[in-house]
Amino acid sequence: MSTKARKLTYSLAINEALKQIMKTDDSVFIIGQGVKSPWYVGNTCKDLISLYGEERVIDTPISENAMTGAGVGASLAGMKAVVMHPRVDFSLYAFDPIINQAANWSYMNGGRASVPVVFWLAVNRGGEQAAQHSQDLHSLFSHIPGLKIISPSNAFDVKGLLISAIKDPDPVVFIDDRWLYNKEDVVPEEIYEIPLGQGVIRVTGDDVTVVASSFLVNESVIAAGVLKGEGIKAELIDLRSIKPLDFELIIKSVAKTGRLVIVDGSWATSNIASEISATINEKLFGKLKSSVVRLSLPDSPAPASKTLEAVYYIKSGQIIQAIRNVVNS
Amino acid sequence: MLRIRLAEESLVDPILKGEIRCPVHLYSGEEAVATGICANLEKTDYIFGNHRSHGHYLAKGGDMGQMIAEIYGKESGCSRGRGGSMHLIDPENGVMGIVPIVAGTISLALGAALASKIRNDRRVTVTFFGDGATGEGVLYESMNFAALKKLPIIFACENNLYSTHLPIREIRVNNNISETASPFKIPGIRVEGNKVLEVYDAAKKAVEHCRRGDGPVFFEFLTYRFRGHVGPDDNIQGSHVDIRPEEEIEEWRRKDPIDDLKKYLLTSKICADSEISVIYDEVTDEVNRATDFALKSDYPKPSDLLNYVYKS
Repeated sequence: MSTKARKLTYSLAINEALKQIMKTDDSVFIIGQGVKSPWYVGNTCKDLISLYGEERVIDTPISENAMTGAGVGASLAGMKAVVMHPRVDFSLYAFDPIINQAANWSYMNGGRASVPVVFWLAVNRGGEQAAQHSQDLHSLFSHIPGLKIISPSNAFDVKGLLISAIKDPDPVVFIDDRWLYNKEDVVPEEIYEIPLGQGVIRVTGDDVTVVASSFLVNESVIAAGVLKGEGIKAELIDLRSIKPLDFELIIKSVAKTGRLVIVDGSWATSNIASEISATINEKLFGKLKSSVVRLSLPDSPAPASKTLEAVYYIKSGQIIQAIRNVVNS
Repeated sequence: MLRIRLAEESLVDPILKGEIRCPVHLYSGEEAVATGICANLEKTDYIFGNHRSHGHYLAKGGDMGQMIAEIYGKESGCSRGRGGSMHLIDPENGVMGIVPIVAGTISLALGAALASKIRNDRRVTVTFFGDGATGEGVLYESMNFAALKKLPIIFACENNLYSTHLPIREIRVNNNISETASPFKIPGIRVEGNKVLEVYDAAKKAVEHCRRGDGPVFFEFLTYRFRGHVGPDDNIQGSHVDIRPEEEIEEWRRKDPIDDLKKYLLTSKICADSEISVIYDEVTDEVNRATDFALKSDYPKPSDLLNYVYKS
């Protein structure tokens, strides 16, 4: 891997991953609504049409079900489709191809075929966009056997994870967050892979383990920094992949710290935080210094009005308070 | 046609005796459609099916023994006993996928045709679905995109006049399904689906049309199932859901596609009765061998329950 300290934004790291994988593999193509339009996809698909043509960069009619199914079918026929949904919310029209078909395909056909497709679902919320323009459904997808899910928090990860997802022989749901698009990080210029299913420790510490993914990793990094000043050493795990989930890394860290705060940007009931909490209870019963704390979205659709939005989403302040409570309990 | 008919009819007793447990949707009566179309396809062409797809699988070259083993839930089945009758597959012969979600493979077939267009490999994809699938929006989304991109896909609607228990007049205002293609500027053709030579001729032209790069074709094949929606007889569990009039069933039995072809072969002196008997004997032998293979095969091991959820 190069040691050049070249910085790139999250969205341009996606763009670079797509450019590089499409250059090295003719079978990769992109299909989805708005891939021609920065209004839909920002600069993530910049220059792809001029490089690879409209045959492999397909902007589509508004037909999420058929277009997603087409990505699945093409992937059964030897291609590798990246199916773009510029908002997670609209992909709900495509639950049949994603869940009934792609996720079940390998199992129900006895492993005779699998679907090397990536469902790219962008979380695009905030700005008073309300319930149907704000959903982050990673916990919902995590319930489905046969799917893998990635939710990268930074430009370096998004490039490497997206390359791995496209090369993977199974269907992968790639959930990115537009709140991350302008965030810059050092990104190697060459193509590289980050294995699916491996979390990473962002901040080391002994007092409490904090687990987060995607945008909330950044809020948790802020929280860990503030608490360091107070003498609380938090260990922050970035999940990177939602499924498979790196339980080994979490268990190891919690065995050391004895405390766990899970920060999950999906609704509280039956979410990834619930799953992690249950697993820690099974594996480390009796070894915890305090009960596990979950920070999740309230069980409510996203609101529009700014006063409600301000209290709906999780911010670093709540994470700081939750960690303080756990450590001082 | 005879291979499909005899293979399927051999399942009737085991179903009634409870030896076959998975839901089985018999194609008896509709064999001319799969046969007439698939006779025009190369091994490398793709087909996608639905809940009633034993015929499509066999006509495209799927192995009969592996099919029957799959229906019995055996490890030697084409889907290793994980799929049953409604999930037959044989990618080496272009049987790309068969699923019971109504209209579920139409968009997958669209994607396979899109793959062919991107690669310019001149393959043709056929998606088989029933009249019930015309109620699903994905059909129209798929027709629009296929027409827009001139994809090499044949939409093959097998209109057997019933959407499970509902007669077509209760699900559509216009019972001429072929006309649904015209708003998309796709040629929509209605064909006597029980006349295998007519199906063959129509499909030949459609396959040539697709291979030339002239875009999709939509067929409505008029046909009829001799058996219940699922199982040999819908009354099997006392549910009495087969409300089809007996005279209607009788009328279609007189249009049996196998009898129709046999009559043609005899009257035009292409075959003698004795030669047809030899074919019956050969197919009966094949069905017996396939059944024997299925019955002697092992069931999947319980310890293998979680195999194949992922490839990697």
